[in-house]
Amino acid sequence: MVPSKSNILTDEDLQGTNLQGQNARALRARKLTTIYVYEAPVRLWHWVTAASIVVLVITGYFIGSPPPSLSGEASNHFLMGWIRYLHFSAAWIFAVGFAGRILWTFMGNIYTRELFYIPVWRKDYWKGLLDEILVYAFIKKQGEKTIGHNPLARTALFFCFTLTGLFMIISGFALYSDGTGIDSWEGRVFGWVMPWLGGSLGTHFLHHWGMWVIILFVMIHIYTVTREDIMSRQTLLSAMTNGYRSYRDDRPE
Amino acid sequence: MAGLETFYDVMRRQGITRRSFIKYCSLTAAALGLGPEFVPQIASAMETKPRLPVLWLHGLECTCCSESFIRSAHPLVKDVVLSMISLDYDDTLMASAGHQAEAILDEVMEKYHGNYILAVEGNPPLNEDGMYCIIGGKPFVEQLKKVASGAKAIISWGSCASYGCVQAARPNPTQATPVHKVILDKPIIKVPGCPPIAEVMTGVITYMLTFDRLPELDRQGRPKMFYSQRIHDKCYRRPHFDAGQYVESFDDEGARKGYCLYKVGCKGPTTYNACSTVRWNDGVSFPIQSGHGCIGCSEDGFWDKGSWYARLQNVGGFGIEASADKVGMVAAGAVGAGLAAHAAISALSRARYKGDDAQ
Ligand code: HEM
Ligand code: HEM
Ligand code: SF4
Ligand code: SF4
Repeated sequence: MVPSKSNILTDEDLQGTNLQGQNARALRARKLTTIYVYEAPVRLWHWVTAASIVVLVITGYFIGSPPPSLSGEASNHFLMGWIRYLHFSAAWIFAVGFAGRILWTFMGNIYTRELFYIPVWRKDYWKGLLDEILVYAFIKKQGEKTIGHNPLARTALFFCFTLTGLFMIISGFALYSDGTGIDSWEGRVFGWVMPWLGGSLGTHFLHHWGMWVIILFVMIHIYTVTREDIMSRQTLLSAMTNGYRSYRDDRPE
Repeated sequence: MAGLETFYDVMRRQGITRRSFIKYCSLTAAALGLGPEFVPQIASAMETKPRLPVLWLHGLECTCCSESFIRSAHPLVKDVVLSMISLDYDDTLMASAGHQAEAILDEVMEKYHGNYILAVEGNPPLNEDGMYCIIGGKPFVEQLKKVASGAKAIISWGSCASYGCVQAARPNPTQATPVHKVILDKPIIKVPGCPPIAEVMTGVITYMLTFDRLPELDRQGRPKMFYSQRIHDKCYRRPHFDAGQYVESFDDEGARKGYCLYKVGCKGPTTYNACSTVRWNDGVSFPIQSGHGCIGCSEDGFWDKGSWYARLQNVGGFGIEASADKVGMVAAGAVGAGLAAHAAISALSRARYKGDDAQ
């Protein structure tokens, strides 16, 4: 038997064997792998973070452009008060989650660390990045198999989620110290960034821009995970729900 | 510093009663956020300490700081603080002029070397070797450096000296530069505002005299007692802010009812100053009380931070100006359309990936 170029058993491979004439498809040996990638704390964190971001974006937008004025006595309403209260509550959840997620990198598997750096010194990172870009430009059909994030996803996550998220936390707590004063812990720990960011107004401005970076990221993120889940060689939604990623072929790489 | 009279001497000489003097001390204590127990300390400092020699220089400026200072509410300030601080040189207020004036400057600098306070109003322009501001035939920056060299501390009056203000607004053709970027080796107290509030100015000086030290400063070098809270934190319209009641335009019902001015660009939430507590002109009013938003005059670079009637700065480029939200929404629309197109091409170009079996 002359093995065909691909390592998949085809009808030609059966030529001249006692199986000649059979349908090769039914005879193929399959070894479809499933790997446990995202541990429970990471998955829980992902969905809590997603929920907190939804709240932060909506309330943040209304802090910037409040809804139409209410009439009646001021003492009967606390609309902006509630909007800000929700923003700060969600901000705390987001920030504590972020800190917890950093701690988890020391306890979890290696895939938990991918979010916090990009391996620019590794050649296969650049190759994988190019491959994925070609896939998204419809030039290549398939990217490489990955266990964690593919290099393009990882790059986007690092810049648009990790760094932007960190910036939102730092600038957010700095803005918070506008209310609590520069001698509060927020003022001591985060307040120093304000002069660098152009004062309180400049910090508001950049914090506001950060929101749009995150909105665009979330739009693209939801599209790409869904698309990859359907079209790539592996599943994604399962990886972030039950933790397991399944592969649809058993070609290496 | 023998030979200088005390404040009290000056006050008495000017016919001010002891009762009135004690009243001034309590007012000052209150303005500085000190308890009544500090009143005797202030009084005794004024009675026993020699006057503080102050040299007051003027660079590129509009003199609004001096105008504010001499309008300080308490009559003692108007009549006495000026003489009290022994304002030995101030080319706007002093009687002498020309060579005589410059001679006084040299004399004081020599006599009180290392002990006088240098108050700077305005800032030096550095372009063309400082030729855009000439004092006594020489660039102001030279005078500033010379006088600063013997000063104990420097007070940067107003936003000009503290941050640059209007003459440093883009494109800043004269390269007007705030004092702390020119004088690097002296303690500098910034008292920003355009102008600063008179009571804040006199309060800073009285504090330095009473306690013989600089007031506690924040990260940006502003005295904490006057600049540690935003206008917004003590604004009497704040309940309307929290309630969600805003002036939507200057002639609407909300404006008549005194709602919060946030939506018409009030910079109170981003401006550190004492206006909403001390107010202006003997506590009569302040901009928000008169129905106009704060323009953020005591913040760094306030001329370059967008419209006074918009909360946040616009972004330029693409030949248009638009707010962050407009740009963001257009970007989100473009990304959304892009993703939809990408999804459509994906669907056409390739069906669901089923693994090898599909081959
Ligand atoms: C505000 C919303 C969201 C944010 C900020 C967000 C953020 C993230 C981040 C940071 C990761 C990387 C996780 C890690 O490496 O630890 C991730 C992965 C993931 N997210 Fe989201 N996410 C959001 C919404 C969603 C939604 C709505 C979905 C579902 C459609 C989703 C599905 C996924 C999946 C499937 C992965 C795993 C990707 C992979 O397998 O490589 N996310 N997300
Ligand atoms: C992804 C996360 C976040 C988003 C999308 C977001 C969004 C926003 C937006 C759009 C504004 C209005 C800015 C303006 O127009 O002036 C805002 C204000 C603010 N945010 Fe956030 N934010 C986030 C995270 C945080 C965090 C972690 C904190 C930390 C405490 C925080 C604290 C604040 C504060 C204090 C304000 C100012 C409120 C005020 O001026 O009354 N934010 N945020
Ligand atoms: S008027 Fe200005 S300072 Fe006063 S509560 Fe409204 S936004 Fe704040
Ligand atoms: S209310 Fe604002 S703009 Fe007006 S004087 Fe005070 S700080 Fe300056």
